[in-house]
Amino acid sequence: MPAVSKGDGMRGLAVFISDIRNCKSKEAEIKRINKELANIRSKFKGDKALDGYSKKKYVCKLLFIFLLGHDIDFGHMEAVNLLSSNKYTEKQIGYLFISVLVNSNSELIRLINNAIKNDLASRNPTFMCLALHCIANVGSREMGEAFAADIPRILVAGDSMDSVKQSAALCLLRLYKASPDLVPMGEWTARVVHLLNDQHMGVVTAAVSLITCLCKKNPDDFKTCVSLAVSRLSRIVSSASTDLQDYTYYFVPAPWLSVKLLRLLQCYPPPEDAAVKGRLVECLETVLNKAQEPPKSKKVQHSNAKNAILFETISLIIHYDSEPNLLVRACNQLGQFLQHRETNLRYLALESMCTLASSEFSHEAVKTHIDTVINALKTERDVSVRQRAADLLYAMCDRSNAKQIVSEMLRYLETADYAIREEIVLKVAILAEKYAVDYSWYVDTILNLIRIAGDYVSEEVWYRVLQIVTNRDDVQGYAAKTVFEALQAPACHENMVKVGGYILGEFGNLIAGDPRSSPPVQFSLLHSKFHLCSVATRALLLSTYIKFINLFPETKATIQGVLRAGSQLRNADVELQQRAVEYLTLSSVASTDVLATVLEEMPPFPERESSILAKLKRKKGPGAGSALDDSRRDPSSHDINGGVEPTPSTVSTPSPSADLLGLRAAPPPAAPPAPSGAGNLLVDVFSDSPAAQPGLGPSPEEAFLSAGPEDIGPPIPEADELLNKFVCRNNGVLFENQLLQIGVKSEFRQNLGRMYLFYGNKTSVQFQNFSPTVVHPGDLQTHILSAWPSPAPPGSTPMIPVPRPVTWPLRALHSLR
Amino acid sequence: MLGSGTGSFLGLSPGRASLFFFSGLQFPAGCAREGGRILLPEVRSTSGSPNSCQSRSHPEAAGPGAAGVRTGVAMIRFILIQNRAGKTRLAKWYMQFDDDEKQKLIEEVHAVVTVRDAKHTNFVEFRNFKIIYRRYAGLYFCICVDVNDNNLAYLEAIHNFVEVLNEYFHNVCELDLVFNFYKVYTVVDEMFLAGEIRETSQTKVLKQLLMLQSLE
Repeated sequence: MPAVSKGDGMRGLAVFISDIRNCKSKEAEIKRINKELANIRSKFKGDKALDGYSKKKYVCKLLFIFLLGHDIDFGHMEAVNLLSSNKYTEKQIGYLFISVLVNSNSELIRLINNAIKNDLASRNPTFMCLALHCIANVGSREMGEAFAADIPRILVAGDSMDSVKQSAALCLLRLYKASPDLVPMGEWTARVVHLLNDQHMGVVTAAVSLITCLCKKNPDDFKTCVSLAVSRLSRIVSSASTDLQDYTYYFVPAPWLSVKLLRLLQCYPPPEDAAVKGRLVECLETVLNKAQEPPKSKKVQHSNAKNAILFETISLIIHYDSEPNLLVRACNQLGQFLQHRETNLRYLALESMCTLASSEFSHEAVKTHIDTVINALKTERDVSVRQRAADLLYAMCDRSNAKQIVSEMLRYLETADYAIREEIVLKVAILAEKYAVDYSWYVDTILNLIRIAGDYVSEEVWYRVLQIVTNRDDVQGYAAKTVFEALQAPACHENMVKVGGYILGEFGNLIAGDPRSSPPVQFSLLHSKFHLCSVATRALLLSTYIKFINLFPETKATIQGVLRAGSQLRNADVELQQRAVEYLTLSSVASTDVLATVLEEMPPFPERESSILAKLKRKKGPGAGSALDDSRRDPSSHDINGGVEPTPSTVSTPSPSADLLGLRAAPPPAAPPAPSGAGNLLVDVFSDSPAAQPGLGPSPEEAFLSAGPEDIGPPIPEADELLNKFVCRNNGVLFENQLLQIGVKSEFRQNLGRMYLFYGNKTSVQFQNFSPTVVHPGDLQTHILSAWPSPAPPGSTPMIPVPRPVTWPLRALHSLR
Repeated sequence: MLGSGTGSFLGLSPGRASLFFFSGLQFPAGCAREGGRILLPEVRSTSGSPNSCQSRSHPEAAGPGAAGVRTGVAMIRFILIQNRAGKTRLAKWYMQFDDDEKQKLIEEVHAVVTVRDAKHTNFVEFRNFKIIYRRYAGLYFCICVDVNDNNLAYLEAIHNFVEVLNEYFHNVCELDLVFNFYKVYTVVDEMFLAGEIRETSQTKVLKQLLMLQSLE
């Protein structure tokens, strides 16, 4: 036990830890802990007052027990008492206990505020730092209320020690993130900006973080930081590797501070002042030049630190997106990294190039690396690197290289990791559509996708190929021929059967002239797959059959025979049964004219954003679609293939998310004045979430939940699914994102229905300005019996439900169901 | 993800599972012992020893909605030190989690990080974040940051931290972190605060730590 001797002071603690380590079983450990807990409890309850040392030791033991995973329900008062000790070691244990346990006992906070106040006022830098660290670690609103006003004062006071300033800056940052309203901007802000000039690099390091956070919300107040940051950066970058002494890390001067300064600059557009800008460009060039110099050390720490700065520099260059020269240089530098032996660098280069590819200045330069990237896709061992390579290929794709990239991705798909197959499928589908010059290539590509990775071809993908084939009559014959051939394969994926069934049902007549694909052959080919398919596919095939009756009267008898079979008419599945019965009757009673009208070819689909693109964005976040969103780079291609071209006769009604079969709930703007109130009501429920969103503070949690405004604004993609829940059941979750969960519970009696909406706050901050509104379709409005109680926001703990009863007549609810 | 990703938060928790659990520890052959120094001179580059022969690619833990959302926010979400067996030697959280969630994160991080070998990057996508990690002997030092944050800067921040620990504990080993857990927190607070890098100078940090050590 070499370390025991180092546990200076608290011998009893070291012995206890050793005991625990020597326990042979979990039971023995629990027994030992219970014994210790009993011992500590008796000491704390004893008549004899404990001295500071014992108190510290026992509190520390309790903390250790807590960290082992046991609940601690006493000892808090003793920990609080330690705070008022004037010995550092005792105070430290007290503060530590509170910082670690405070989650489970927020009552504690009120008890300790006084001790913290005293320490902040103590003028003892060690104690001040302890107190500041405690505030920063806990960061609760109560603490913000108590101390937010004091900390700026400490931060800018002339007599504060450097270490105190460092802690104060970050403490303030934490409070600001937790409750920005509690940190009023004021005279101190200007002085904070000037901390960028501070002699002490540690103070600058801490201050930059604070400024970066503050300036995001108040860019104008902090504008002056740009020139100060530039001059600081310039001094660091141009310094020799030994100038900064303590802050030189493996011969790299102040790497972390440089990175932070470069990140701060990314909060602003390029400096307007020519002198500042000139100085900055000089810095950026220096960093790029240094990347070419021979390394000053062979250690990986040296190159990592140097490249940390380089990558941040490149991010800034991309952020400015205005210096073609620098963009191309950045691209060349990254190109070198693509072949570097360090996997980390290859990974980061691929990632960084992805953003470069969307700049018009560097797109061409990125494209020159296509072979290397394709090679990375084939040979990298780490799946995350391969994934970055696939991302980059997607980002660098344009009309000149689309065929090559698509075929490489298709080839990769055959061996790709399962985890990323679906994403690759989506990307291929999008690229194929976007850059298709002749649509037979597009059809081939999608059918290849289904052949290679049928399981990963989502509905969106095969819906989309049907939309496009339906809308473009130049490709229909080819599509029919191709699917017919694809279906000849002995084993073909069910998605192929779906696409084949649909296309032959619509356009089978275009290939019926060839005796090899005559109507009976088409029918028997499809029907040979029928029994192996799922219900959904069989339902689709039944529709194909009835369409065949219209297209090819000669198949009528055969098909009627199939429909009439007991296995169809008495199918256990109600959907199949209904289709069989109805189609059979339709084919028997309707005249040829009626049949021709009812079963007419599908009209072209209205133009809209590709649902595949939406799906990919959902999967990968907004960055993913960049190559395609960026029409400015390649405007011509956008015009050609921006979407499915509607035929002139079509009224172009934009309904961005309505899917092919119209099953999904349309988003608010496109929602038709539906006869049912359901659509409206549900949409209103959803629109509550953006309404609640602006009130949220920029807490760290907000970011953790990754809910950028664009992320929670629009109706969620699963809306249809949730709508179904809502319509089909009396209770359930209507809506859920990272911030909010909305549940519904409803009950009905006679003509009355009562509905509760539960708003669960999933963040750890309070919602402010949270005001749900419900719009009632039609005459419902007059029947509301009670509105909600006070619009108090949900509490700060997750999922506290706030019931909001609404009552209305059942008649209206019929339309909901 | 060995089930850790699938369980719901709700049904769990008859008392929290253990963060530190020492009993019955078995080391895989070739792993450094707990008492061994973690900063061996030859441990230099990316990650791990060649002994860590994990085969196939890890089950890419792009959890639910691993969207690379660029919110512009960038900070450390948590710092974890775990050994190969998954025992936590330090857990420092920079945002609120409840205890069950913490335990779940700890397990997920362990599952994601330990399957990677030296040829892999030191970065793993993790939920909506990324883990920057580095292995020293039997210990994994992991920092969870936002996706748009600077990978290499944190990778070296880990190393900087480890060098400070090594200096402070004179050839630090895993046991030092166990027996002096309360001091490790102090070291962390000197170097990282509120999810940001506070101080990067080893000299300054060590000077401060020695000063505190001398206090009573």
